Amino acid sequence: MKGSPLEMQKIKLKALLAVVALGAVVLTNAPAQAAGTIKPGLKIAIMPKAINNGYFTAWNQGAQKACKELKAVCTYLGPTQATGPAQVQFINQVIQKKYNVLVISAADQNAIVPALNKAKAAGITIVTSDADVASTAASSRVVSILPAASASIGTAEVDWIAKATGSKGSVAILSAAATAANQNAWIAAMGPYLTSKYPNMSWVGGTVDKSVFYGNDDPATSTSQFDAILAQYPDVAGIIAPTTVGVLAAAQEKQAKNAAVQVTGLGLPSQMAPYIENGTVGQVGLWNPIDLGYVAVYAGASAKAGIFTGKVGSSFKAGTKSYSVTAGGIAYLGAPFVFDKSNIAVFKKIY
Amino acid sequence: MNTTMSKYRPNVTWDKGVGILLIVTVIFGWIASPDFATTSNLGFILQDIGEFLIIALPMTFLIIAGEIDLSVASTLSLSSSTMGYAYRSGINFNVAIIIGILVAVACGVLNGFLVNYLGLQSLAVTIGTLGLFRGLCFVLLGNQPVNQLPTFWSNLGTNSIPHTFLPWSVVIIIPAVAIAWIILHRTRYGRWTYLTGISAEAANFSGIPVKQFKFSLFVITGFMCGLAALVYTLRFASASPDSAMGYELSVIAAVLFGGVSIAGGFGTMWGVLFSVLELGVIRSVLQLINFTANALQMVSGALLLFSVALPRLIGMLKTRREARVRKSVTSLTSSRSV
Repeated sequence: MKGSPLEMQKIKLKALLAVVALGAVVLTNAPAQAAGTIKPGLKIAIMPKAINNGYFTAWNQGAQKACKELKAVCTYLGPTQATGPAQVQFINQVIQKKYNVLVISAADQNAIVPALNKAKAAGITIVTSDADVASTAASSRVVSILPAASASIGTAEVDWIAKATGSKGSVAILSAAATAANQNAWIAAMGPYLTSKYPNMSWVGGTVDKSVFYGNDDPATSTSQFDAILAQYPDVAGIIAPTTVGVLAAAQEKQAKNAAVQVTGLGLPSQMAPYIENGTVGQVGLWNPIDLGYVAVYAGASAKAGIFTGKVGSSFKAGTKSYSVTAGGIAYLGAPFVFDKSNIAVFKKIY
Repeated sequence: MNTTMSKYRPNVTWDKGVGILLIVTVIFGWIASPDFATTSNLGFILQDIGEFLIIALPMTFLIIAGEIDLSVASTLSLSSSTMGYAYRSGINFNVAIIIGILVAVACGVLNGFLVNYLGLQSLAVTIGTLGLFRGLCFVLLGNQPVNQLPTFWSNLGTNSIPHTFLPWSVVIIIPAVAIAWIILHRTRYGRWTYLTGISAEAANFSGIPVKQFKFSLFVITGFMCGLAALVYTLRFASASPDSAMGYELSVIAAVLFGGVSIAGGFGTMWGVLFSVLELGVIRSVLQLINFTANALQMVSGALLLFSVALPRLIGMLKTRREARVRKSVTSLTSSRSV
């Protein structure tokens, strides 16, 4: 339907008025928000995949540190179960309570996207940290703060298990939930790397996909899946648990059963210290979740203040360091850090 | 029969009690948080309880009829996964929805057949199909959820009905609740539900085709899980094999909290409707006054325990009082029984 010339005139006039009004708003707002500074008193929601998880408690520590520096008011809130639908109820709460910024670790890379889009439409600045939404939904957040590229995390874990097993024997994986996007991306990188780099090593199930057991990030399930691996493949040489819950359960069960299998994966130094100190586990690795939370709060606050766009190539400052955005709207922290007998005493006190 | 009568009475008043609790919670929320009584929050609550309520309706019939279906969440997930799988395989999403709902009906047919024609216990059968259907979800989708559904459909899941705060799911919910209420309380099918629950044997003798009747209940439950799957899939704009994990217990808890007796034979649709609304409203209120998820979990657990224990306590008091009355009546009339 095309409008008559008179109607077109009206529309043009309306558009002109709108532009003038917008200009007025910008002008009146300008003095209140001095360009380039983060206003104190920002309301920031820090949402883990699930509360009651040591990893996210550390993550929140970093976030709270940044909040203190920025004089922001931060609330740590989230579900008890790491599922998308459970998280959506809390995202709705964030919208309802009119937070300025939401820093979130996505429990489900798809299911929370409609809720995030609603939050974005309500004017909330969203930063994902630790776990991102699906790449097709990248526009729902400003930026994602991730530890390191998926491939490098996956291949590093293969190197650790190779070191523990003397580069020979078969390997199984004790993962989180079957739909956990982070773990799946790392596992995908492990598959070909192990078979090509270590000719004397193999996957217990033939291929990597058939060698993954899911502990659902639940201590009891992880323990029973660890036992299931040993029952199904008695000659398994090593188990990689790319999740803090899984690797802790594996270390405990290995010690309890006095099993010969080697265990490594992504573990919190504070939780893994007893097992590393007594030799049950040679080494585990992890990035620093404190840094992840810290940097994400700075990214969110900077974006809210208009001094950071989140576009590829743009950058923001967190503390003394500057981070720039790479392809896919992601800013990486750096490679995972390895903990073994030589340094565990220091790191177990930190996180 | 006296014992069942005394059990019946507190359950009749229980649904009104839940209704009053709902009103009290709303008033409390209104006072406690300025963010509670807003249209957007009402929209969130309605959206939140959508698939729960849709499944709670047939679950009410099943439990009153003395049966149970623990596979409802897995049926929802399988239906949703089928929709996603069909869509990913290149089938038009409109057709995928129909296939998904048909799969849910087939799940109901399987449950109904095993329970009624092989004579197995519904508790055991549906624990089995709970695992079976969930496993099939992973067979279909692997660990790859399906996203990027057609914009038209995902908008229905996200947006409100224009010029209102109501989510589109009310288009299914409101007629479904009305129909369920009419059938349970105003039709022969509804009376069959109660009679079968009180005594399947007696119902059989009085000419009710118990097998076919119960079979139909399971099939309808499957169909409603299919509708719930549609609402769920659109709400989260994705189909995932781990959809609705653990929802079966929440739905059953809501039905019991609504005053439906787990032993069968008693309960009302009002009670279940109030109960599902109350659970949605109280979660919203507590969240808005900054209760943590841990505290929320404790409150919902306590509510359920309370709902199971209180009618029993009232029932015990009533039986005792009736016994006292009966004793005095017997002593007065000496020979007549009550």
